[in-house]
Amino acid sequence: MNIERVDHILEKHEYKHSAIISIMQDAQGIENYLSEDTLRYISEKMELKLTRIFDIATFYKTFSLVPRGRHTIRVCCGTACHLGGAVKNLEQIQRKIHIQEGETTDDRMFSLETVNCLGACALAPVMVISEDYYDAVNPGNIEEILSPYRSGPEV
Amino acid sequence: MKVPITIDGQMVQIDQRVPIIDAAKKAGIVIPTLCYHEALKPYGSCRLCMVEIIMNKQRRLVTACNFPVEGGMEVFTDTAKLRHIRKMIIELLLARCPDVPSLHTMAKQMGIKSSRFKKQGAAECILCGLCVRFCEEVVGVSAIGLANRGIDREVATPFKVASDVCIGCGSCTYICPTGCIEMLPDEKTPQMRRMNIGKHSLNPCINDFNCETCPVEKEFFEDMRLVVAEFRSN
Repeated sequence: MNIERVDHILEKHEYKHSAIISIMQDAQGIENYLSEDTLRYISEKMELKLTRIFDIATFYKTFSLVPRGRHTIRVCCGTACHLGGAVKNLEQIQRKIHIQEGETTDDRMFSLETVNCLGACALAPVMVISEDYYDAVNPGNIEEILSPYRSGPEV
Repeated sequence: MKVPITIDGQMVQIDQRVPIIDAAKKAGIVIPTLCYHEALKPYGSCRLCMVEIIMNKQRRLVTACNFPVEGGMEVFTDTAKLRHIRKMIIELLLARCPDVPSLHTMAKQMGIKSSRFKKQGAAECILCGLCVRFCEEVVGVSAIGLANRGIDREVATPFKVASDVCIGCGSCTYICPTGCIEMLPDEKTPQMRRMNIGKHSLNPCINDFNCETCPVEKEFFEDMRLVVAEFRSN
């Protein structure tokens, strides 16, 4: 846990209880997940009950309590994408990076998630890696999409 | 300021903005509830206290425990529509928790013989939130809270590990309407008490003291190994 950065985030939001979700989102931005220490620290500093924070952290799917890979692959399985073959794409990704949904690769490079809609149904089937959107994904071009992310730091 | 309202044809004078359930109590009418408790703030999660009201010539369904009264309001607590709704709620609860005696008593009172829904496991917790709210509002420690959402929603301690703030007062055991939180003496330290929800323990170890397979322990040993290695290399 990076105490200085967490302190800075808390400072920025003026320790407001109403800003807890924003604080947690920013805190998650540091390590790409919320560690137990971070949440305990936030709870102590903000004088907010830990049960409340844990409730929020487990309620929202965006928050992760387990370490995640550098790149999060979000495969949309909403109605339009499902019809467009999202399940086939998901299976292909699972074969390529050898992890199941909700897991992280051993080299901490990728985490795989499914989401119910990304709000880009016209581009179905959609997939998001980190912050980049990919449209009309099919099992054939998945390797091509994944390869730039496979090696080393941020691309 | 007192305002007149009508409950099942009875006129009651009651303070403005108090919940309907208080007015009903004054009129001697019992509204079935599961998540309501006088000592706690209304929560409105069990939906059993549904009543029908007529306000501003509009008929609507509200929860009696947290809906404030207003002058001229007409309240009905036992209409066909309400009986239908309550029956549905009890049947759904019975499908979730088939072995809870208090639910069976309630079902019998409403003339329900068995649930028409498929039984889903044998959970005992109905997620009324009484234990969580009691721990927060009355005891003031907030050792337990609600976690996850949807079908995974459950009562749990933060990170599902031994709570460091639980004082073992047993309030949660006392207040639980379904008796799903049981209080046991701790095997290792008999003067300590532990609370369990089904297989899930509220305060002590998550891994049932199987330290060899515990992730927390494993991490600790990893760290120790690193420290020892560093120490040796120096």
